[in-house]
Amino acid sequence: MAQVHLRDVVKKYGTLEVVHSINLDIADGEFVVLVGPSGCGKSTTLRMVAGLEGISGGEVAIGDQVVNDLPPRERNISMVFQNYALYPHMTVRENLGFSLKIAKYSQPDIDKSVDEAAQILSLTPLLDRKPGALSGGQRQRVAMGRAIVRHPEVFLFDEPLSNLDAKLRTQMRVEIKKLHQKLKSTIIYVTHDQVEAMTLADRIVIMRDGHIEQVGTPLEVFENPVNTFVGTFIGSPPMNLLDGVIKDDAITFQDGSSLPIPPGYDLQEGQAVTFGVRADNIMPVGHALPSGDHMAEVEMTVDLTEPLGTETLLFAALAGTEVQAKMLNPRPVQSGERMIFQVMLDKCHLFDAETGATLRK
Amino acid sequence: MASKINHRARHVALKWSHTAGLFCAMMVLCVPGLWIVLNSFRPTVEIMAKPPVWIPNNLNLDHYRAMFGGIGEGSVPVLTYFTNSLIISVTSTVIAILVGMAGGYAFARYKFKFKGGIFVGLMVTRAVPGVALSLPLFILFARIGIIDTHIGMILAYVALNVPFTVWLIDGFFRQVPPELAEAAEIDGCTRWQAFWRVEFPVARSGIASAGIFAFLTSWNEYALAAQLTRSTTSKTMPVGLLDFTSQFTLNWGGMCALAVLMIIPALILTFLVQKHLIAGLTFGGVKG
Repeated sequence: MAQVHLRDVVKKYGTLEVVHSINLDIADGEFVVLVGPSGCGKSTTLRMVAGLEGISGGEVAIGDQVVNDLPPRERNISMVFQNYALYPHMTVRENLGFSLKIAKYSQPDIDKSVDEAAQILSLTPLLDRKPGALSGGQRQRVAMGRAIVRHPEVFLFDEPLSNLDAKLRTQMRVEIKKLHQKLKSTIIYVTHDQVEAMTLADRIVIMRDGHIEQVGTPLEVFENPVNTFVGTFIGSPPMNLLDGVIKDDAITFQDGSSLPIPPGYDLQEGQAVTFGVRADNIMPVGHALPSGDHMAEVEMTVDLTEPLGTETLLFAALAGTEVQAKMLNPRPVQSGERMIFQVMLDKCHLFDAETGATLRK
Repeated sequence: MASKINHRARHVALKWSHTAGLFCAMMVLCVPGLWIVLNSFRPTVEIMAKPPVWIPNNLNLDHYRAMFGGIGEGSVPVLTYFTNSLIISVTSTVIAILVGMAGGYAFARYKFKFKGGIFVGLMVTRAVPGVALSLPLFILFARIGIIDTHIGMILAYVALNVPFTVWLIDGFFRQVPPELAEAAEIDGCTRWQAFWRVEFPVARSGIASAGIFAFLTSWNEYALAAQLTRSTTSKTMPVGLLDFTSQFTLNWGGMCALAVLMIIPALILTFLVQKHLIAGLTFGGVKG
């Protein structure tokens, strides 16, 4: 097992820089998820750790060793690819044992390791099949089996679940988490799905345009996003954002309505801000929000509802901007109905209107 | 009830007309081949008969005996021709496949300057009819002294086949996801091992089909061979067929016997790699 360190890592294709000097320290046994929209450089970063992409600047270290110039086979890593990349001409057994065969292990040793890995992932009945005769979920498990059979220091996952259907994805997510608890190995996992990131990670690394925006535990990045990008990217539905100006110790929106300033901010009169509130913190009166000091009330007209069973999403206009609110213990709501909503101010956020950075002290 | 019977009758009629149509089509395709095989087994009188004798009265191995025994009129060194053909075709195919694999892999995997131009250039060489090259090739080969040699023929056929094998194999390597080689590298392979242990076996069907095309081209080629070979040291079988013609006669029986001899290896090879050939030709369409 090992730590992974990225120091000022840069990736350039010709003159185009796609990863801009990122720094990241991953502890031994930690499950780190790189998340971001497509094209943010997360897969490129992972591939640089794997050795499949050259490193244009900076240093990647696994354990105590700088691996910049080592080929993938000398980095003691294993990787699960998005399209699984199983060897189609080999049986599951041969796929699993391939790395050991290359490393010239004896046949009994290979068989033992393969059987062990197959047992962990319930692949034993499939060992003599070829990948073509497996379902998507089974292929996914073989790909994971191929990764664990060698006991590498670091596991790399490149969007391993995005080719599966929703139900299987949830199931495999749980299996990956269990696997991590069992193996206690360092894992770097790339995904564009923030739900996967939240559920799997010890720490989430949110990337955009080749920069790291924020690093933190799932709850940290959810509760204290450093900017509007993180606020809207993490959490579902995305955080509602409204532009306003600080006037007379309140946030005044474009249509003249206003809300009190959430606690914990030091603001100047006339400062332009972006007010952020999650659907979970804006609910109709009488639907589960606790009463407290920092509550405000607004009246809105509901345009559209999305019943989800345990909750209903309500789409309404607040100060001329469409926002999403949540209704726990839902009752039927007609579109066009006017309702009073509570806003839980101490869970709201203020960002700089220009840079999008948080204004929290 | 009546409509049901009607429906069934139509079904049967359709099936029969389908079979009859297929039979006619296959007959058009097969009769020349069968006629060659048939003629190689019967006396010249019967071959030349007018109207043609469809059902043979008398089958024998006379033409084969004459061909191999070197007896009778215009004996032909068939075994030498066969050996020449085999050496030239096999060697040129092996070289064309090796070059085709290297080239096809490079085109499929790497980015380099003028890639598109070089690729189109390779294809354009296929647009020039082979016969048009026979005279320049003849002069060139004569000057450097490789006319009427195996080497000369092999060179010519490699040049003829390489663009095609590069093009075909490029297509097959494109179908192999690059992640396979990457996975192999992470599993501990060198770049070279990743190619031979993973990418090559996966693209094997395609390479086999490129190989059989190259082999058949060399095996059956006549126009260039007719110009570049002079004597038994390098004459191939298609050229050897002409030995059965003399000033006033045409030994149809002997010619057919040699033709049968030519068809057999091609047929055997096609049967051997048939599975690969079909898999290769449909590779792109059925990618799972």
